[in-house]
Amino acid sequence: MEVTPPIVEIIDISKSYRRGSQVVPVLKNITFFIPQGEFIALMGPSGSGKTTLLNIIAGIDRPDNGTIKVAGLDITALSESELADWRAEHVGFVFQFYNLIPVLNALENVELPLLLTGLSKKQRREHCEVALRVVGLADRMDHYPGELSGGQQQRVAIARAIVTDPTIIVADEPTGDLDRKSAEEIMELLERLNLESGKTIIMVTHDPRAAKKARTIRYLDKGVLNNDVLIEAAYKECLKT
Amino acid sequence: MFLLKLLIRNALRHKLRTFLTVLSVAVAVLAYCLLQTVIDAWYSGVRISSSTRLITRNAGSLILPLPMSYREKIRQVDGVKNVSFGVFFGGVYIDEKNFFPNFGGEVKTFLEIYPEYVLTPEDKEEFLKDKRSAIAGQKLANQFSWKKGDKIILKGTIYPGQWEFVIKGIYKGRDRNVDETRFFFHWDYINEQLKKMQSTRADHIGFYIVEITAPELAAVVSERIDSMFKNSIAQTHTETEKAFQLGFVSMSDSIIMALSAVSYIVIMIILAVVANTINMSTRERIGEYAVFKTLGFGGLKIGGLILGESLIITTVGSMLGIVLSFPAAEVFKEKVGTTIPVFYITGNTILEGLFISVIVGLLASIIPIYRGVRTPIVEGLRRIV
Repeated sequence: MEVTPPIVEIIDISKSYRRGSQVVPVLKNITFFIPQGEFIALMGPSGSGKTTLLNIIAGIDRPDNGTIKVAGLDITALSESELADWRAEHVGFVFQFYNLIPVLNALENVELPLLLTGLSKKQRREHCEVALRVVGLADRMDHYPGELSGGQQQRVAIARAIVTDPTIIVADEPTGDLDRKSAEEIMELLERLNLESGKTIIMVTHDPRAAKKARTIRYLDKGVLNNDVLIEAAYKECLKT
Repeated sequence: MFLLKLLIRNALRHKLRTFLTVLSVAVAVLAYCLLQTVIDAWYSGVRISSSTRLITRNAGSLILPLPMSYREKIRQVDGVKNVSFGVFFGGVYIDEKNFFPNFGGEVKTFLEIYPEYVLTPEDKEEFLKDKRSAIAGQKLANQFSWKKGDKIILKGTIYPGQWEFVIKGIYKGRDRNVDETRFFFHWDYINEQLKKMQSTRADHIGFYIVEITAPELAAVVSERIDSMFKNSIAQTHTETEKAFQLGFVSMSDSIIMALSAVSYIVIMIILAVVANTINMSTRERIGEYAVFKTLGFGGLKIGGLILGESLIITTVGSMLGIVLSFPAAEVFKEKVGTTIPVFYITGNTILEGLFISVIVGLLASIIPIYRGVRTPIVEGLRRIV
């Protein structure tokens, strides 16, 4: 059996927040590895630390202790501006509330991350068209977010996440604000990106149906990664919450 | 281009708020331009002063006369090219509210020393020939609908009597800095009458205008003239025309200071208005800036987005204010008539208006930029719900 090298190495990560004089631990000595091409779902009850872990992996938050390596690079050692450049090149983001810029149309929203590359206007447009075609919105390029349904907006957000061909895609509750049908379409799209394009996807979700599309499920509880909880157990745990 | 489009669309998100902010900037810049133009008008005499002209007046006071006999002596001073003289007549045309400056003088030399008062050769010839003739500036003539050949009667206040003059020419300024609201006539006409009626006042004038051969001789020639009359009954004080004009301006120092203070207060008000608008926009968009940062936009780019929006609002407002200031200045000029003879918006005032817009845009965005850049991404994203 072929062993896929890890694209993300999470080594002994801890994180806590200060609430007044109280220190609240959110992540406690988390260690795990995500192989390249993996589609992993992070599950767990509210406040379990799954979004914090995702943010740390994506380089938008920093751990108190520990190391995160993505494609061999220790991102915890990077400065803020280096981290910004790294995110632009290596991470595609999908948020629960899509987070599209309302004054930009679908094409322009997808074009945003490409502004940080050296591509010409023509090349940027070509890349955006390809990304929007992948998510099935080639005919909605000129539409503004307000003119699109929730599912369509999330697809634009996915196009924005993949347009730079990032190393990893992180998705925080990508179906959390969608109806069941739209949620299924989004999950099928993410699954297709993983299977057909080999994209590594790390997803936080509360939705067991969404989690079922992932190849691996990791369960977090009170800041601790529970390696003993398998998919079915995680599924049941989430149904409880 | 993409970013400019984004900045404009961002600025137009709250159309009413942006419109009101732009309007307030426009009104403030308009007020600033008008106030600055009033201040400029005060200095118009200083602006057109020639560095080769000196004014010699009575050392005691400007209102005390000097003997006419000094003229030949001054002419002999080394470095002097030409000498003329003037008398502030203080005549009233029909009613005191029709005030305009009227001067008697030795008109031939006066026109030689002041080439900025432009007459046609024919008008000049007729004016020089007839001692009862006078010339008026174009604006003054327009105000009272005077034309060549009209008889004008001035009621003397300093020199009592009804003095009749015939307009022989309407002069124009060589450029727009020249005061076109003045009235000049031959002092000989008044002096001859004074010899008959008040002989003690005859053969005295208000001030000498001395043209010198080179600007660098101003101090030396002034010294020479004043020392010549040091022990005479009427001692002189000679200074450059610029210093003489500044002496007048300094009399209204407090008014100018008040106008300047109001200008700066106006700027402070627009700074507060724009800062408030940009601050509100940034607070509303803190989540969006977090998204930009997530996508890899660094602090400089986020700062640029906030600053750019602020500059768009202040620049558009400032340009609108500058454009509106031209018709406003015309209306103002109409209303004040000859009270402020030279009133126009200078290139410097326009540049200042634009400069203020940049400075206000910059200062107004400092706190919003700090907030936009410093807010952690995670905290910013939490604001999007």
